[in-house]
Amino acid sequence: MKKRIHIAFILFLALFAFTATAQDEMTALLNKDAKPVIDYTSATFKTTRVVIGESSENPPPGNLIFVFSHHFGAINTGYENLYGLKQSQVRLGLEYGITNWLGLGVGLNTLNNTWDGFLKVKALRQSKGARRMPITLTIFGSTAIYTAKWQDPNRKNYFTSRMSYATQVIIARKFGERFSLQIAPTYVHVNLVPSYNDHNNIFSLGGGARFKVSQRVSINAEYYYLFPKQIVSTPAYSTFSAGVDIETGGHVFQIFLTNAMGENMESIITQTTGTWWNGDIFLGFNISRIFTVVKPKQFR
Amino acid sequence: MKKLILIILSLSAVALAGHAQKFITKTGHIKFYSDSPLEKIEAHNRQVKAGLDVATGDFQFIVLLKSFEFVKALMQEHFNENYLESDKFPNATFIGKVSNIKDFNTGKDGLYDATVEGKLTIHGITRQVKEKGSLEVKEGKITGKAKFNILLSDYSIKIPGAVTNNISKSIEITVDVILDILN
Repeated sequence: MKKRIHIAFILFLALFAFTATAQDEMTALLNKDAKPVIDYTSATFKTTRVVIGESSENPPPGNLIFVFSHHFGAINTGYENLYGLKQSQVRLGLEYGITNWLGLGVGLNTLNNTWDGFLKVKALRQSKGARRMPITLTIFGSTAIYTAKWQDPNRKNYFTSRMSYATQVIIARKFGERFSLQIAPTYVHVNLVPSYNDHNNIFSLGGGARFKVSQRVSINAEYYYLFPKQIVSTPAYSTFSAGVDIETGGHVFQIFLTNAMGENMESIITQTTGTWWNGDIFLGFNISRIFTVVKPKQFR
Repeated sequence: MKKLILIILSLSAVALAGHAQKFITKTGHIKFYSDSPLEKIEAHNRQVKAGLDVATGDFQFIVLLKSFEFVKALMQEHFNENYLESDKFPNATFIGKVSNIKDFNTGKDGLYDATVEGKLTIHGITRQVKEKGSLEVKEGKITGKAKFNILLSDYSIKIPGAVTNNISKSIEITVDVILDILN
């Protein structure tokens, strides 16, 4: 009798082991010859801007992003000026993703009635799996044309005197789920500068970071260091901006403080005339709304 | 003791024989559909792996979540980043059985009702499920179909307040897999 129980028990164990291996075998079978896929890192930054400067992100292919950027006046202008609430600088921008790696955009800035246009090329995408790439590398190139009245109407002015150009190499990495970092060496060429001692070629080094607080909220900060002795006839400073990204469905709201008045790369780098220490701080926000213009193939 | 050896041997024989009874695919289709007052969201995954052992009824699904494709790129990003956390939990799996596999004859074309039960794992959470579907034998292939609903709360997928009207609490899952015999 005892022996029988033993046998039944062993049999039961064998049967149990057998069913377990059968399922494991099936799992192995399904995973056999599985081609490793390239696993691209997504959402290194939530929008195409870290705070006010460009991020490594492009608009997704077939998607149009409308960006409304607004900076109030400087906080140090006092109660008389309601701490800047009476003034505003606005940029209206449209960006479109042509492919996964190519995006373009245009913008109209109220600061000196400046139009800007840009191309953004994602040359490398951070990924793991079948292809391991530690960073995302994005190249940004833009042209800005100010169309306000000539600053000095008495001299001979050319159309090209209105133009300036910005080029950036944005190197970004997402470290884990919450933290992203980028550095962005930046070069700005200004065709017409106010004095002989001012440089036409201006160099800056940018750094930006994002820390995800929750699934929908992140804290972002950004610094553009302006190398000294390049702009001498007018005040020009490095910029620091910090703010919060709040995401709701197709919108991203960015609310921030910055000492940059401008909203396009050329003016952010060369036309920041005040510092945080003196209270030349601007409250600002960006609202971006994304629209799917071209649906992916299988949904057409 | 001899008996025991005999039994184990015969079990192994069944296991070996069972090998010829496996039907699999790596290009199965799963659709999910969320119907809410404000938004209808649909996504397709056409790289679903599934395997059925018609001798034992063992039925398995492996679904790579990043292979779901959405109309809106941003939805796909939210799906992976915020809701399913696909970096942490890359696959959804089902390991279970067709419980009425005995009624089933692979040698003959026909449509059979199938009851499938087992463990469904999504977002790191495993639940025992039982759903009805169909299995159709045709020209040596087996087509498995099922349509059922899952509750997001069962798998601790949280929908933030701001978009509760955009995403349904109950998601309709449609499964459509064509299984080929494994030689």
